[in-house]
Amino acid sequence: MTESFRIAGRGRLASRTARFSFDGTSYFGMAGDTLASALLANGVHLVGRSFKYHRPRGILSAGAEEPNALVSVERDAARRTPNVRATVQELYDGLTANSQNRWPSLAFDVGEVNDMASPLFSAGFYYKTFMWPKAAWKNLYEPFIRSAAGLGVAPHLPDPDHYASRYAHCEVLVLGGGAAGIAAALAAAETGVRVIICDEQAELGGAMRYEAGAAIDGEDGWAWSQASVAKLAAMDNVTVLSRTTAFGYYAQNFVGLAERVTEHLADPKGLPRERLWQVRAKRVILATGAIERHMVFADNDRPGVMLASAARTYLNHYGVAVGRNVGVYTANDSAYAAALDLKKAGVEIAAIVDLRDNPAGPLVDEARSLGIDIHHGRGVVGVGGKLRVTSMTIQPKAGGAARTIPVDALLVSSGWTPSVHLFSQSRGKVVFDDATKRFLPGNYAQDCVSVGGCNGSDSLAATLDQAWAAGAKAAREAGGKAGPAAAKPKADSGENFVGGMLGAGPGAHADSTVKAFVDFQNDVTAKDIRLAVREGMRSIEHVKRFTTNGMATDQGKTSNMHGLAIAAETLGKDIPEVGLTTFRAPYTPVTFGTIVNHGRGPLFDPTRRTATHGWAQKHGAVFEDVGQWKRAWYFPRTGEDMHAAVNRECRTVRETAGLFDASTLGKIEVVGPDAAKFMELLYTNPWEKLEPGRCRYGIMLREDGFIYDDGVVGRLAPDRFHVTTTTGGAARVMNHMEDYLQTEFPQLDVWLTSISEQWAVIAVQGPNSRKIVEPLVEGIDLSDEAMPHMSVREGTICGVPTRLFRMSFTGDRGFEVNVPADYGQAVWEALWAEGQKHGACAYGTEAMHVLRAEKGYIIVGQDTDGTVTPNDAGLDWAIGKKKTDFVGIRGLTRPDLVAQGRKQLVGLKTKDSKTVLEEGAQIVANPRQAIPMTMIGHVTSSYWSENCGHSIALALLAGGRERMGETLYVPMPDGPIEVEVCSPVFFDEKGGRLNG
Amino acid sequence: MAKAAKIATAERSPIFAGREFSGEGAKIAVLAPSHRLALRAPEKSLAALSKALGVKLPVAPKSSVTKVSRSALWLGPDEWLVIDDGGKDPLEDCARVRVLHSAVGVSHRNVGISISGPRAAETLNAGCPQDLSLSAFPVGACSRTILGKVEIVLLRTAEDAFRVECWRSFSDYVLTFLTDAATDAA
Amino acid sequence: MLLIHCPYCEEERPELEFRNAGEAHIARSSSIAEESGEDFEKFFFIRSNPKGIIFERWRHVHGCARFFNAARDTVTDRFITTYKAGEPKPSLPKSASGPAAYANRPPDQLNVKRPRRKPVAKGEAK
Repeated sequence: MTESFRIAGRGRLASRTARFSFDGTSYFGMAGDTLASALLANGVHLVGRSFKYHRPRGILSAGAEEPNALVSVERDAARRTPNVRATVQELYDGLTANSQNRWPSLAFDVGEVNDMASPLFSAGFYYKTFMWPKAAWKNLYEPFIRSAAGLGVAPHLPDPDHYASRYAHCEVLVLGGGAAGIAAALAAAETGVRVIICDEQAELGGAMRYEAGAAIDGEDGWAWSQASVAKLAAMDNVTVLSRTTAFGYYAQNFVGLAERVTEHLADPKGLPRERLWQVRAKRVILATGAIERHMVFADNDRPGVMLASAARTYLNHYGVAVGRNVGVYTANDSAYAAALDLKKAGVEIAAIVDLRDNPAGPLVDEARSLGIDIHHGRGVVGVGGKLRVTSMTIQPKAGGAARTIPVDALLVSSGWTPSVHLFSQSRGKVVFDDATKRFLPGNYAQDCVSVGGCNGSDSLAATLDQAWAAGAKAAREAGGKAGPAAAKPKADSGENFVGGMLGAGPGAHADSTVKAFVDFQNDVTAKDIRLAVREGMRSIEHVKRFTTNGMATDQGKTSNMHGLAIAAETLGKDIPEVGLTTFRAPYTPVTFGTIVNHGRGPLFDPTRRTATHGWAQKHGAVFEDVGQWKRAWYFPRTGEDMHAAVNRECRTVRETAGLFDASTLGKIEVVGPDAAKFMELLYTNPWEKLEPGRCRYGIMLREDGFIYDDGVVGRLAPDRFHVTTTTGGAARVMNHMEDYLQTEFPQLDVWLTSISEQWAVIAVQGPNSRKIVEPLVEGIDLSDEAMPHMSVREGTICGVPTRLFRMSFTGDRGFEVNVPADYGQAVWEALWAEGQKHGACAYGTEAMHVLRAEKGYIIVGQDTDGTVTPNDAGLDWAIGKKKTDFVGIRGLTRPDLVAQGRKQLVGLKTKDSKTVLEEGAQIVANPRQAIPMTMIGHVTSSYWSENCGHSIALALLAGGRERMGETLYVPMPDGPIEVEVCSPVFFDEKGGRLNG
Repeated sequence: MAKAAKIATAERSPIFAGREFSGEGAKIAVLAPSHRLALRAPEKSLAALSKALGVKLPVAPKSSVTKVSRSALWLGPDEWLVIDDGGKDPLEDCARVRVLHSAVGVSHRNVGISISGPRAAETLNAGCPQDLSLSAFPVGACSRTILGKVEIVLLRTAEDAFRVECWRSFSDYVLTFLTDAATDAA
Repeated sequence: MLLIHCPYCEEERPELEFRNAGEAHIARSSSIAEESGEDFEKFFFIRSNPKGIIFERWRHVHGCARFFNAARDTVTDRFITTYKAGEPKPSLPKSASGPAAYANRPPDQLNVKRPRRKPVAKGEAK
């Protein structure tokens, strides 16, 4: 196809062509086009179907506010981006786009039946129509509505692109790169402070893109903008970000920017697709401009109806005429400028319809002098055509004879809405200016200032003055040195875009049934808003939610003010009384990729591995995730399933010995003359009298008396403890201890250092453990007399320093060998070689769990849940009875914590010894009681014990210790399981094996 | 106990030794093992400790002092990280100091990573929320902070070079993150 | 993301480096074991949760690791001041204090009417 609507000599695009396809048809456009301008150059206005009624839709705007022209852009199967605004998507060679929400085709869409059936779909229809039967919502109504109403379809494949992130700091951040933003940035940059200026368009320039008559410092407005931006970009202290949307304004001048790095490139060349900027600025200058509103009249959504400024942008920037015989419908002057530009470019202006009774001024005069028909005091009450506007019907405001004028495009403007979105997000309060009928920035909540169109500044001269002064002031306040050296830019000419109207125009009055759209994207009409008020909605927040006005992805940029005005009129109230809905981030949609940026795949969450990870991998370990750690779960041999491997590992440890990597345990070195005093306060146990070289199992409580953590603590010296914590508790226990040390016991001379990762920990457990460790150790006597159970020694192993603990989490004789982490693998290998002489195995976390459960050793977080006291867990012995203070001492005496019938730790044996209970299963006394049954406890740990020859389980059971020998039941879907309550120690009850 | 001679000395396996990445504007490299000391002490002990360590412990926030191959990094009002790249263990230097302090060896806890080149600061700023401009974070400045989802200690060693210290098991994440960030050639 | 002035680092740092640690100036009794139930309840459970100025603890956990105190306006999220642990609660100008906590006002001061309807008993039709 040829670009029959491109006007030679118009626009600013280089004459490089780019090929693209839309709905399967190939077109030519030009480098620098947006998809919208390229389609319009080819005479294509129909680009989509609306959300609810499937009405044909065209291109309304030339920017980010676009509610209609949403398309899918498809690079490949995984890179299919739905709901892209054609007015924002830049053209690249080979771009493929498709329309959405239509079947079988855009021109013939079966879903259009919704338009005919629209009485069914009035405002709030889903609250009213689909009330019953209840089940039908999920199975019938929702699936139907979801498939009928719609936006594009997201790809099913993972996103193959990568995204980047950047934290940035500056003194002055300028949001918006129109004349105002550029002037403010220039003034600020001159002082030497760091300036960041961003704009959502490919090139900065804002309204200069279309405002043909503007001139600054003797130059054309656009040329001045480009020269100024080049100057800014060349300065070391300035960062110019184009294609970058400021989407969120957060506390203390923290602003989120989304930079689209490759969306405009045919070949992204490995660059990140988008980049998230999180900018902290001392001062923010809001130069976000204003957005033109459409007119609200019957069938105002027909393709070919568009904003006057958009038509002007397509003409002056892209060199595209939006039609050959164009009508204009306005209530202010700015649409005249569009008519004049088009007329001068050779496009026929069918007529200007002006709602005002006596429009006057230079633009009106010029239109008259060019021979354009002006119908004042009249409105457009309807249009002809369905897939494209063919005519407009005009009528005097007060009613009377209607007249139809053929047009192939209709430019509309009801005035301009200042873009106060980001100001409002900054928690600034907007105020309604009754004279100009618009909301403007009022009280500021942060160190920012609004300049230009978003501040209600109507003339270019005033805008430049204001922006320059604001830029200089912001820079000065943020520490800028010299005053601006360069001269302030001066506007030689510019346009004034004042006036306009809000709400429904003629023909869309209160009792009319026409579809006069307020919100195009969500298909909300003037009638819908009136209905909402009639049905009792009084606040605009309610009207909005009932009608969904302004709730689409365009966030009502063009519709909010019209909706508000119609609601206010229907309520008979003033606009400020009805209120304005809250503006929330993001200003325009932001991709998940941008928000997540680097945090995908391996960077989603850190994966932590121990020093022996490589060895375990080589020896076939299956790993499990424990928090962020990868831990060896079990080491299956050829032909073994998990069950067989765990059984073998459990048996081998008890028969001879096993090696286990315990490096992930938290470790804290507590050092200082008051170390023991501190330990006394943080743990329930007594520590003062623990001799150096000995260990103790410690319990840590929260102030409420419940178990918080546990672990073995070794005293290395009078003033030095080596504390271990649970793997999961490492960070929070350290925080808990620091909290008390710094804020409750700051008088103590003691310090805490995390040494979790300094030491690799190799547990060697089993009757032969000493024989395996001993040959490698120097300087430590490992005999039972010299080094009894629960002791710690320092010496060397394999020639490197070790902290050697004699301790056991299996109930058998055992050691935990701590070596500096870089030696972990070598020492493990040496121990492994020794172990081979005794038939030892490597065992994983599953066998570790089974072995400790056989002994009734609890795991904090598995057998406790934050409501378990030491007494509940059978650990009363670990509380220093003579102590007068420790964290939790008062909590332990609370009435509920000493009450009878608390859940206590017990063992459970199943009647059928082969049945293994499910962890988390509930326990009942009588399985034949009615549902809901009275639950008296639950299973916390449950395993098959190869060493016992039967299943074992730990449970928390109400009054458990009084129930020894009782038969209870664990109800399961296929019948209750009979269990017997027993001691939680299933194996070697006397504990003789610790020295065996 | 008399079998010492037969014991083979364990070989050290530093994690990711030699791992490197050269991006367009930043080079990332895992540093050779260093000696490290986590030092805690009240103000009155600083003179004696500084003397023993041979480097004056800085008292200004976010600052470090480097003497030859030994650096003392201020991490908190009573906390320093001492890094020695000259093969001398600062823990041993503190062993005979009698004034009140806590010295804990953490040589193996941390991994040192260097990041250098004209885009070094930008690369770090992909995940580090601090202002790394030379005025806010000059050469010699150091701080415990965040990189992406983990904690690091950051030291600026030159205008275009930093040293990142992180815990051993987080080094994979840190290296992957920095590599990912360095490929963002903005 | 907030910007928080750490009194130990003597500069403003990004919130990511900090962790909130609950209300400040709630001292643990040095003879807590003997504390009455009422006093323990106040110490452990009762928090002011004000709308307006709150005195709260923060830890610069990924910075200097110190706990410190802050006065923050819960309405605007604005920090009035931060100060070191152990330092006395600063007196703030009247204008900085907001309305008292809704939840902590006595019931007769609450601007709500109690529901007149009896609670629906189990099994009763709704």
